[in-house]
Amino acid sequence: MRKELLEVLEKDSRISVQDLAIMLGETPEAVQSEMQKMQEEQIIAGYHTMINWDKTEDERVTALIEVKVVPQRDGGFDKIAKRIYEFEEVSSVYLMSGAFDLTVIVEGRSMKEVALFVRQRLAVLDPVTSTATHFVLKKYKDNGILMEPEKRDERMIVSP
Amino acid sequence: MRDFINPAVKAIKPSGIRRFFDIAAEMDHVISLGVGEPDFDTPWSIREAAIYSLEQGQTVYTANAGLKELRQELAAYTHRKYSLSYDPIHEILITVGGSEAIDIGLRAMVEAGDEVLIPEPSYVSYIPCVTLAGGTPVPVPLQASNDFKLTVEDLEQKITPKSKILIFPFPNNPTGSIMTREDLEPIAAFVKAHDLFVITDEIYAELSYAKEPHVSLASLPDMQQRCLVINGFSKAFSMTGWRLGYAMGPAALVEQMTKIHQFAIMCAPTTSQYAAINALRNCEEEVAKMRREYNHRRRYVVKSFRDMGLPCFEPFGAFYVFPSIAQFGMSSEEFCSALLYDQRVAVVPGTAFGDSGEGFIRVSYAYSMEELKTALGRIQTFIQTLNSRG
Repeated sequence: MRKELLEVLEKDSRISVQDLAIMLGETPEAVQSEMQKMQEEQIIAGYHTMINWDKTEDERVTALIEVKVVPQRDGGFDKIAKRIYEFEEVSSVYLMSGAFDLTVIVEGRSMKEVALFVRQRLAVLDPVTSTATHFVLKKYKDNGILMEPEKRDERMIVSP
Repeated sequence: MRDFINPAVKAIKPSGIRRFFDIAAEMDHVISLGVGEPDFDTPWSIREAAIYSLEQGQTVYTANAGLKELRQELAAYTHRKYSLSYDPIHEILITVGGSEAIDIGLRAMVEAGDEVLIPEPSYVSYIPCVTLAGGTPVPVPLQASNDFKLTVEDLEQKITPKSKILIFPFPNNPTGSIMTREDLEPIAAFVKAHDLFVITDEIYAELSYAKEPHVSLASLPDMQQRCLVINGFSKAFSMTGWRLGYAMGPAALVEQMTKIHQFAIMCAPTTSQYAAINALRNCEEEVAKMRREYNHRRRYVVKSFRDMGLPCFEPFGAFYVFPSIAQFGMSSEEFCSALLYDQRVAVVPGTAFGDSGEGFIRVSYAYSMEELKTALGRIQTFIQTLNSRG
């Protein structure tokens, strides 16, 4: 049931345990305990809401920063990654293969604010040797969700 | 001026669905659970393959029987999935949807006076196709008490010395009923004993939710030579608009069908055929994912109807449930019209699929959970009103 449960929750985390149980052909107790277990095992890392901030009054900018670092003698990349991901402004940090080491995704209220963060917080860290900041101009699809779905149901109302 | 129209064609009843569609299409804010096609988009890799084929200028006719490459892929797929071996050159024909395959299969076999056994309720086109082929359609009513499976007892009521062909529509539209291997065995014995030929319409084969995967009637001992297997890309791969199906059967039959197909159609759409090659090669996981999602909805819809107090057997195939509305003392059509006018929900009366669908409605779950919930909520309100009227 694990894989199927995750597949459903990944798309809609608000669905009730009762409904999940019916959909998966399980008891509500079994679903509840499986979800509990997966939270404890940190397979389910959190439940959050996808928000298209562009549609709100709030100004938001997202930047994707390529960071090159010198790995530490003890702790490798993990230690420097921690020093970066602990910043409130940082929403994601990934260790990468290829031409640079870390992808750091930063959200801020303005380009100026993000630039300030890079200059004053990120670039000054000792192990960081270089940064390249790319601002996101438009989000088309995020975490599997289309930001502006244009779909209508074009099927006939009734068909054989 | 004379009347140029063939009276035999005039005499064909228009589909019961059509009538219902005309009413529903006129109304605003209708939520429909009435469609017979998937709600998923065709997987992107299939669409992308079609676009690429167009870019490559692959815009000419294919061989009459279809692209050889596609037939070879189909032979491999059919073997992998249903343990059936067909020669891609002589035993597989690519058609314009499963519907064309049904039509030309019948036309290649039916002679005047031949009787064709058609289990009912079932898909709307079997009877007219038999009639147009010059044969006599013989409906075989299926029993709700058997979960609408076909039994030898049902067949024995209708078999005559003129019976030639059995149409075998499982997993079934509209009931969602399936036939397991144990259910198939006596049917195979009956077919052999009465020297019948079977057109086995397995268009919903991939949408089967039982523990055991779908079993083709043709895969039973000595049955392949007596079966024309019909399938297509519409349901499994969510490709209804691409109009692509196929027929697999004995070379002697496929050869004659290919002749009709050649003169009537020439070949199935080229773009769709290239797309289909990609579907067979790359989309197994997507199909499995869609099947899992249908299965979630299926369980939810069955439970909802049972909670409303409507008897509903558990359908293990296709994307329909077929609850009984007999307790309300209305015909299926009256019930569906009232539901449409009162609550703006469109479902299809069971009688659109044959007289033995009386007392039932076909509810499609080719809709998102959200749409299903809204529609089922409205149906529940409707039923509460009926119950309170007593």
